[in-house]
Amino acid sequence: MRSPPRLVVAAVAAVLLPLAACSSSSSSSTTPPTAGAAATGATTTTAAALTGALNVFAAASLTTAFNAARSTLTAANPGFSVTYDFGGSNALVAQIQQGAPADVFASADDANMQKLVTAGLVGSPVTFARNKLEIAVAAGNPKQISGLADLAKPGITVILEAVGVPAGDYTRGVLATKGITVEPKSLETDVKSAVAKVTSGEADATVVYATDVAAAGSKVVGVPIPDADQPSITYPIAVVKATKNPTAAQAFVDSAVSGAIQKALEASGFLPPQ
Amino acid sequence: MVALPLSALIVRAPWSSLPHDLHQREAATALRLSLETSLGALAVSALLGVPLAWVLARRRFPGRAAVRALVMLPMVLPPVVGGIALLYAFGRRGVAGRVLFALTGWRLVFNTSGAILAEAFVAMPFLVVTAEAAFRSMDRRTEEAAATLGAGPGYRFRRVTLPAVAPALAAGAALGWARALGEFGATITFAGNFPGTTQTTPLLIYLDIESGHDGTALALSLLLLAVSLAVLVGLRDRWLGSP
Repeated sequence: MRSPPRLVVAAVAAVLLPLAACSSSSSSSTTPPTAGAAATGATTTTAAALTGALNVFAAASLTTAFNAARSTLTAANPGFSVTYDFGGSNALVAQIQQGAPADVFASADDANMQKLVTAGLVGSPVTFARNKLEIAVAAGNPKQISGLADLAKPGITVILEAVGVPAGDYTRGVLATKGITVEPKSLETDVKSAVAKVTSGEADATVVYATDVAAAGSKVVGVPIPDADQPSITYPIAVVKATKNPTAAQAFVDSAVSGAIQKALEASGFLPPQ
Repeated sequence: MVALPLSALIVRAPWSSLPHDLHQREAATALRLSLETSLGALAVSALLGVPLAWVLARRRFPGRAAVRALVMLPMVLPPVVGGIALLYAFGRRGVAGRVLFALTGWRLVFNTSGAILAEAFVAMPFLVVTAEAAFRSMDRRTEEAAATLGAGPGYRFRRVTLPAVAPALAAGAALGWARALGEFGATITFAGNFPGTTQTTPLLIYLDIESGHDGTALALSLLLLAVSLAVLVGLRDRWLGSP
């Protein structure tokens, strides 16, 4: 039985194509590991200025605020440009550990930042923002969810974030404290993809940050969680030691704590760091 | 280009802790689930694909070339695009999904059946392409001889046609199965990610690498690599030798 040559070529290509195609990470950069985190040698100077290019790795929940800040900062500082890699904080930690070229890292929880501190990859972190958890449901709240306890009701499709993703860990902590057992149907890699599943109608509810609910606008309805039940959510930021632009990295961190970036954060609904 | 990444994987792998890594509960669950979903996908692909291949091979009809192109599309479509397309078709608000949900209350998203569908979507072209070629190129005289001896169409198909194309079907099935096993983009986009239900091995590998659990990720990657190599070695005569 003969296979036509065309078929052989097509089938060989078909075998190789899936090998090439089946990769894809949700965040933008996956780079080959560099040999150790070589410090640039120069110490930071005073009057840190925003010049040159920066790569900032930031938790997904910071997307709207940091993007808004970019316009302000680049307008005020000609010659400065910043690229962002947004994702689940744990995924970003893994990338930095593998040598990804980050200059600044902003995490959604201290646990993830601590991994890099312990590994000696970042300078001393500072808290620059706080947040609250909020339940996100479809526009109109068709399933009439009024609080965390409703998430355990049968017939509600709830999704959460994966283990190691700060929003997921915070949520599981709160649910455990309150003794509510929720069986999520999926564990998403970051808050944005969790919100997307709710806006597309696949999930009835998820728990993300209040800032994510605000960012989604009219596509979702937020069901607040009482302050008494809220965990302490603090966002730390730090300069990555292997940065090639330490002055701008430090300036970025300073701006996040009390500058243009902090203003953008508060405009997005983040709480100030005290 | 192919040899370097693969050999790097083999060199960097944690060989000493391999059995331990693979026995971790999550890894074992993902492997079991992958086996279940890939075999399920193969069954779906065969049930739908073999008759389709037969029709494409033996019947002329307007638009046949378009149908053939459509069937082959998942082979070249980026998997995540396939996932999005599946969502729009079979998601809860999807074109077909909402009908399915209204009639049966059954959901594909967040369900193992969704993972099976996503894998079948990418695996079926392999089966159809090889089966169609086999149906076309087999010696029709054996079928004609059977017909003159009084065999009905069903009997002829089962006892004459299928055995004649069986080696080609097996090759297409092996390729399709390997492709289904490795499917990631469509699965995570359409079916979701939950251990035991939709977290197939490629998804677990991705999540473990993302969260720094390199040991398990590498161990599972090696296993899938070994399976892929086994499939290719098993099929080498078809691609390299004389058929």
